[in-house]
Formats: sequence, C-alpha cells, structure tokens
Amino acid sequence: MSILVIAEHDNEEIKASTNNVVTAATNLEGDIHVLVAGSNCSGAKDQAAKISGVAKVLVADSPEYEHCLAENIADLIVAISADYSHILSPATTNGKNYMPRVSALLDVAQISDITAIESSDTFERPIYAGNCIATVQNSDTKKVITVRTTAFDAAQNDGSAEVVDLQESHNLGISEFIKEEIAESDRPELTSADVIISGGRGMQNGDNFKILESVADKLGAAIGASRAAVDSGFVPNDYQVGQTGKIVAPNLYIAVGISGAIQHLAGMKDSKVIVAINKDEDAPIFQVADYGLVADLFTAVPELDAKL
Amino acid sequence: MKILVPIKRVVDYNVKVRPKADESGVDLNNVKMAINPFCEIAVEEAVRLKEGGTATEIIAVTVGSSASQEQLRTALALGADRAILVETDIEVEPLAIAKLLKGVVEKESPDLVILGKQAIDGDNNQTSQMLAALTGYAQATFASELKIEGEKALVTREVDGGLQTISVNLPCIVSTDLRLNEPRYASLPNIMKAKQKPLDVIEAVSLGVDIEPRNKTLKVSPPPVREAGIIVETVDDLVDKLKNEAKVIT
Ligand SMILES: Cc1cc2nc3c(=O)[nH]c(=O)nc-3n(C[C@H](O)[C@H](O)[C@H](O)COP(=O)(O)OP(=O)(O)OC[C@H]3O[C@@H](n4cnc5c(N)ncnc54)[C@H](O)[C@@H]3O)c2cc1C
Repeated sequence: MSILVIAEHDNEEIKASTNNVVTAATNLEGDIHVLVAGSNCSGAKDQAAKISGVAKVLVADSPEYEHCLAENIADLIVAISADYSHILSPATTNGKNYMPRVSALLDVAQISDITAIESSDTFERPIYAGNCIATVQNSDTKKVITVRTTAFDAAQNDGSAEVVDLQESHNLGISEFIKEEIAESDRPELTSADVIISGGRGMQNGDNFKILESVADKLGAAIGASRAAVDSGFVPNDYQVGQTGKIVAPNLYIAVGISGAIQHLAGMKDSKVIVAINKDEDAPIFQVADYGLVADLFTAVPELDAKL
Repeated sequence: MKILVPIKRVVDYNVKVRPKADESGVDLNNVKMAINPFCEIAVEEAVRLKEGGTATEIIAVTVGSSASQEQLRTALALGADRAILVETDIEVEPLAIAKLLKGVVEKESPDLVILGKQAIDGDNNQTSQMLAALTGYAQATFASELKIEGEKALVTREVDGGLQTISVNLPCIVSTDLRLNEPRYASLPNIMKAKQKPLDVIEAVSLGVDIEPRNKTLKVSPPPVREAGIIVETVDDLVDKLKNEAKVIT
C-alpha cells in the first residue's frame, strides 16, 4: 500500500511543511503520493512534483477546494483513501481542521502531532504541553496522522514525480468562504525560520515591536510573540508561539520580555539556541535559555541592534 | 436556539505534569483538576449568546467518570441551564467522545454546538471536527468571533496566516480559540444556584456506540532535557557568545 501526504500550499506555492511531512513519510513503507487540492493550483502542483521521494502527485484543481474548507477537502481525501495505509498532513491549522474529519469519516482514530515514527503503527507525540512524550500504538487498519513539522527535516526539491489529475468533485455546500486577512510579510515564515525574535507582555505595546523588527531585519529573522502580547493586541494572532499557537524550532530563538510560561515553552523549547532577555532574574524562561541576559529590554534590545 | 456545550475535566493549566517513574503513564496523583480552559471559553460564548437574546437554552455535557460532575457544576455556575454526564470509567479517545456526543446531539437536537479546540491534557485537537463529521454538520474551528445570522453562523477563525471568515449552515459545530472571549468568574450566588440545576447522568453504554480505545499508550517518557545555560553580563558578551560559541549569527 502507498502513503498519502496532503500538501499544504496557497495554490501558487507549496509550503515547506509539506516537505517536512514527506520526510516523515519516508520512515514508512510504500510509495509516497502527494495530494494537491486547490483551485488554479498548477504552481503548487509543479512544485509538489519536484519534492524528492515523491512518486506521484494527485491534483484536484477545482473552485470548491480553493480555500481548503474542511468539509470538501475531507470528502475528497476519503474518496481517494482506499489505496493508502497511512494518510499524513502537517499539523498546520489546515491539517488540524480537516484531518480529524477524515478520521471520523473513516471510523479510525487520529494520531495528532507526531514527532517520531517507530514503526508503521507506533508513533511518538507530545502531550500535556510537551511535558510528557507518549509512545502510542494504533490498531486501526488505516492510520490518519498529523505531523509536527519541526520534528522532521524538509525533503529536498530535486525529484520529478508523475502527475495525475483527479476528476473528483466534492462540494457539500454547507460552508462558504467569506474573506481572509492574511498578513503580507517579507520576513520568513515563523514555522520555517532559522532565527526568531519574539516579544511578550514586557514589550508594553505594539509600537515597541519596532525595536524587534530592526533586529529581525539584521538577522533575517521572523517575529513571534507570547499569547499575552497577542491578547493585548500588540501583534496579530498569527505571531503566537506556544502550545496552542505555532510550534517552532529555529537555530536561534530570542525571547524578549517573555516570562516563560509552560504554554509558551511548549512552542519553542526545541529551538537549538535560546536567548532570553528579561529584567526579572527569576523568570522561568532563564531555565531553558542557553544565554540569559538580565536587563531592561528597552536598553538591551537597541544595544543589541547597534552591535549586530 | 438551543446550544450544546461539551466540556472536559483536565489537569489545571498551571500544573507541570510529569510521567510516572516507571513510564507507564502520566502522574496524576493529587494534581488539581479543572475545566479545560478552551471549554470555559465555549461556555462563556454560549452564555453571551443567551444574554444577547439569541440562545434560549444551554446544555453542558461531558463524557467521563463521575468526578466530572464537578466541572459540569462549574459550567452550570457560569450560566449553563442544565447538564448531562455521559458516564464511563474507560479513558475515552476523541473518536469515542465524538460518537457519544453524536448520541447526545440526536437526543437534544441543538442548533449549535460549541466546544474547545483542544483539551490541554492530550492536546489532540480532534473532537469538534470528528463530531462535525459524524453528524454531517459544518465545522467552524479555532473561532475568534462568532455571529449568528438567521440560519447561518458567521465565524472568524484563527489560521496560520492570520484570520479567515467563513459562513456555515446551522446546525453547526464551532470550536473555540483563545481570543473568542474572556470567560467570567462564577459568582458565589451562582455557584450556590448551580447546585440546584438539573444534572442528568446517562451510562455511556446506553448510547450503543463502540468506545474501545484504538490507540494504546506503550509508554510516557519525559521530554529531552535542555542543558543548563549561562547568564551573560552584557550585550557585548551575548553577541560574542552567539558569534563565537554558538555560531548562530555571523
Ligand atoms: C489554555 C491556554 C493556552 C495557552 N497557550 C499559550 C500559547 O500558545 N503561547 C503563549 O505564549 N502563551 C499561552 N498561554 C498563556 C501563558 O500561560 C502565559 O500567560 C503567557 O505566555 C504569558 O506571556 P508573557 O510571558 O508575554 O507575559 P508575562 O508572563 O506577563 O511576562 C512578561 C515578562 O516580561 C518581563 N518584562 C516586563 N517588562 C520588561 C522590561 N522592560 N525589560 C525586560 N523584561 C521585562 C517580565 O519580567 C515578565 O517576565 C496559554 C494559556 C492557557 C490557559
């Protein structure tokens, strides 16, 4: 049997998280097929065909898949699921949205957010905000899995897979896309950035994030935030790093004015090097930081900026 | 409009949970239990819809052992009208919970089901989507704004790139994200009143669905520990370490 990977893309481009999931899939036995479901998605299709290790790309190019509405995507995946032993998607907000729907329609359990594959039925996944790692064995005939992308390297792009057009139309007509507000940014995406600088409640307001931006410009970094900074309206929701936000694992994570609550640590403690800048020497963030600087961020960050 | 709010009893979010020494499971001895924070947000949203005149009745429901009655009482104190415990001592998985909730949905015929996007114990983020699949209803997950407009719900969702707004037919399943609202605290008089509100107990087996676990936990281990770091005295030191020791900047 083969393995089906559901691509994350914006119709024009494949997101790096797809490449991470393909790498995860190479730990299983079987050909790897990638499903690109979208509308006017030939750009994404071409890129998917180049991902190393992929044997076949299935394309469902139709208006009802344009916005990745869970109802339509789930029906599509179920319709083509017969030949697959494993169905994997990245644990992005899209994957988290449609995959459990797929599982329930197939009457199988889902294994969420896996970080390691031990065998075809046994997986590791973090629970309790990453304070415990569970090893779970699944007894269903088909495995439906979401993958924590930071746990697997991204597959290269030097392949050339066969491309097959699907004639599958699934439009349940019970949900409708209205609009989206997607932040346009020249910065790298949080989940695939090499360097991240994040601000917390200590930033005091959104304007002050400018001092982080200047450092980010020099380091080619993405900007993240704690829940408190997002809740307070300093920055938009897509900046949130943590148990219930984005999971990141860059080479360098700089936490500025962030105390280091369990829920925040859950999103960043697998970073290679962690730097914390906080004026409270007892802040829990220092317990995970490789380099801690006890200082007022409003003097330390501009100084850091000047010295880079 | 009738609203069903499924909730879950979980370890309090302030507790740092550890595996048992023999790695056979999670050490839950004497830890503080609470209503899952996302479920609290779900209850609050339902209460606001009732206060705003959109909803007429709020039913809180949970699947679990009899200890979960405590969390149902919390939901009642926050403003739910009545509660249902679907009782079982098996550790039920999201798929089983969704099947049991489907049974409750069939009995109660709610116009709207609001539940938390994830429980902070298993961090699965599955139940609402599975319930939507089983009932055939539309799903609006990770909601940060919810408006009822006639026969539809207009829901703004928190997605990786920002915000997405969708319109779904009622009845539908909504899962809450953190910024949907800020839940109130239950007042003492409301906690007292909650004790008088109806709480029905039904046996999970009476719903006639397969709730046997499909996932077997082989072990629960601690995450890799990070080696202790150092405190640097100055920004110069920091830059030097990052360049020459960690080599993460140039
Ligand atoms: C269900 C649930 C889910 C959650 N999910 C997440 C999540 O995904 N991500 C997340 O981040 N949080 C999450 N949280 C929230 C989490 O518990 C914390 O409340 C939050 O992370 C705190 O953010 P903070 O560190 O910015 O704020 P605080 O804890 O208030 O810390 C601010 C820090 O800034 C420092 N500071 C202040 N001024 C300065 C200054 N001038 N210079 C230097 N330092 C300064 C202070 O010393 C302090 O340590 C969640 C909570 C719950 C209940």
